[in-house]
Amino acid sequence: MNVQTWTFLLVAASFALYIGIAVWSRASSTKEFYVAGGGVSPLANGMATAADWMSAASFISMAGLISFMGYDGSVYLMGWTGGYVLLALLLAPYLRKYGAFTVPDFVGDRYYSQLARIVAVVCAIFVSFTYVAGQMRGVGIVFGRFLEVDVNVGVGIGMAIVFFYAVLGGMKGITYTQVAQYCVLIFAFLVPAIFLSLMITGTPIPQFGLGGVEQASGMPLLERLNGLHRELGFGPYTSGTKSTLDVFFITAALMVGTAGLPHVIIRFYTVPRVRDARISVGWALLFISLLYTTAPAVAVFARTNLINSVQDVPYSEVPEWFTKWEDTGLLAFNDANGDGRIQYVGPESSMTNELTVDRDIMVLANPEIANLPAWVIGLVAAGGLAAALSTAAGLLLVISSAVSHDLLKRSFMPEINEKQELLAARAAAGVAVIVAGYFGMNPPGFVAQVVAFAFGLAASSFFPAIILGIFSKRTTREGAILGMVSGITFTAAYIVYFNFVNPEANNAANWWFGISPEGIGTVGMLLNFAVTIVVSRMTPEPPAQVQVLVDLIRVPRGAGEAHELSI
Amino acid sequence: MTDSSEHSHADERPSVTDPETVARHAEYWRRNIRLLGMLLVVWFVVSYLCGIIFAEALNAFTLPFTNFPLGFWFAQQGAIYAFVILIFVYVKLMNDLDREFDVDEGASS
Repeated sequence: MNVQTWTFLLVAASFALYIGIAVWSRASSTKEFYVAGGGVSPLANGMATAADWMSAASFISMAGLISFMGYDGSVYLMGWTGGYVLLALLLAPYLRKYGAFTVPDFVGDRYYSQLARIVAVVCAIFVSFTYVAGQMRGVGIVFGRFLEVDVNVGVGIGMAIVFFYAVLGGMKGITYTQVAQYCVLIFAFLVPAIFLSLMITGTPIPQFGLGGVEQASGMPLLERLNGLHRELGFGPYTSGTKSTLDVFFITAALMVGTAGLPHVIIRFYTVPRVRDARISVGWALLFISLLYTTAPAVAVFARTNLINSVQDVPYSEVPEWFTKWEDTGLLAFNDANGDGRIQYVGPESSMTNELTVDRDIMVLANPEIANLPAWVIGLVAAGGLAAALSTAAGLLLVISSAVSHDLLKRSFMPEINEKQELLAARAAAGVAVIVAGYFGMNPPGFVAQVVAFAFGLAASSFFPAIILGIFSKRTTREGAILGMVSGITFTAAYIVYFNFVNPEANNAANWWFGISPEGIGTVGMLLNFAVTIVVSRMTPEPPAQVQVLVDLIRVPRGAGEAHELSI
Repeated sequence: MTDSSEHSHADERPSVTDPETVARHAEYWRRNIRLLGMLLVVWFVVSYLCGIIFAEALNAFTLPFTNFPLGFWFAQQGAIYAFVILIFVYVKLMNDLDREFDVDEGASS
C-alpha cells in the first residue's frame, strides 16, 4: 500500500473512533457539558489534559522550531512544561476545591464583582480564539499535504468532526475523545522517533540517542551536528543566539501563560477531589514529557538528516519528498550560483544559501526524509490531526461555557433554566466552531505569532488574579480588575506595536531591555502583580464572606462535586 | 451571587469560628507555603539557573555516561524530568500534610 492509502486508512480509523466515543458519551446536563460530571479519574484526566495541551504547535511545529533554533528552542521545552509545576503547586488544587465551572466563575466570585467576571470572560474568549485559529490551520496543512485535498475541504472536515463531538458531548465527550487522541498522537510521535534513533545512533530510545554516538561517523551526535553547523556557517547548535535575558523572559512568559490558560485550568474541575487534581497534574506532565523530551531528539535527528540529504546534492537527483514539499511552497530552492547543486548554508558562510525550509514541515517531512515505511507517514498525519482537534475542542468548550455560563447564566440572563443553558452552550460551541473554521480557511498571516502571544496575554491577565485571589486575602476587587486590565493592555500594546504597527522596528535594538514581544508577557505579569497589590492596599478590604471563602479554598476537606458556591 | 439549592455545600463547610480549627488551619497553611517555597526553589534552579543563566558555563562539562553538554541537557531534558519528579514529590508531601492536620478528604468522598 502506498503512503496515501495508509494515510486515508489511519485518519479515517481515528476519526471513526472519535465519533464513536462522542456518541457513547453524550452530555445530558450542564454539569456534564462543562466539567464532565466531575467524576473523571485522575489518570484519564491527566491523559486528556496532555492531549488538550499538546496542540498542532507541539506536534507539528515544535520539533521543527527547535531543529532550526538549537539551544534557543529550549524556551518552548522548559516553558511549556515548567508551567505545570506552577499549575500543580499554586492553582489546580485550590481551584478544584472552589469547584466552579469556569475560570471567570472563580474570578467573578472571588472578586465579588460582575465587572471582574466580564473582564475575565473577555480575556478568556480572546485568548482562546487566537489559539484555536492556529489549530485549524494545522488541520489544513495536514490535509493539504497528506491527503492532497484542498485546504478548505480539510478544514471543513476537521470542523465537522469537532462540531460533532464538542457540541454533542461537551466536556464529557471531549474528555474521553482526548484520551483516545493522546494515545494516537503519542504513538504517532514516538514511532518515527524510535526509527530515527535506531538508524542514526543505534539505540531505540530517542532521549538516549540524542546524547549518544552517531553511527555513521563514530562521533558524538551533538558534537557532529555542531561540526556540520560550523562547516556550513550556522552558529553552534548547542549554544544560543538569543540574549540570556530574553531567553529568561520568554521561558517565564510561556510557563506562566501555560498555568493561566483557561482550557488547561478547567480540566482540573473535572476530577472528584482536591488530591485527584494534584495527582492528575502530575500524570498530565508525565504524559506531556514523553513528547517533550522526545522532541529535542527528533529535532537533532531531523537537522542532521536534512543537512546530510540535501547539502551539495545536485538538484536533478533530489529525493521524491523534496519535490512534493516544493509543490506546497513550504520548501524552496533557488540556484543562486547556477551550479545545479543545492547549497544549504548559514549566515556566517561565504556562499549564498539556496534553500529555504519552512519550520513547520520538519516533523511531517521527517519520516519521508529518513525513508521510513509508508504506514509511519500515515500515522504522523493522524497524529497531527489528533493534536490539532483535541486542542481545538478544549478551546471551543472554554468559549462556549464563557458565553452560556458566565455571560448568560451568571451575568445577563440568570433566569434561564438548565435546559436552556445547555442549549445556549451547544449553540455557542457551534458558532465558535464556524468562526474558528473561517479563520482556518482564511488564516490571517499572523496566526502563528498570535498563538505564541496567547501565552503572554494569559500570563499577564489571569495568572496574577488567580494566584493573589488564593494566596492573599487582602486582594480586592479594584486591585484585581485594574491589574488584569493593565497587564493585558500593556502586553497587547507591546506585541501589537512591534508586530503590526511598526514591524520594521521589531529587533533587539528597539526592544525594552532587549525583551522580545514573545517575552513581554512576563513584564505584563509583573506589572499586573504590582498594580493589583498596590491598589488592593489602597482600597477597602474584601467583605468578610469573601475572606471566609478564601479560607475554605485553602483546605482540601469538603470539596464536593464541581458546583456554584454561594458567598 | 445566587446559588441553586442542589449545588449547596453549606453543610460540608468546616466551622471557621472554632479557635482550635482556625489555629490548625493557619499552621497548615504556613507549612504548605514553606513546602511550596522549597519546591519552587528547585524548580527555579533546574530551569532558570542550570538551563538558562549558567547554561553556557555548564556546557564546558558533559553529563556523565553520555555526550550531552551539561547546560544544554538541563535546558532540553533535565529540567523536564525534574518538573515531573517535583510534582509527584509535592503530591506525596501534600497528602501527608493533609493527613497530619486532619484536613484530608478521606478514602472516598
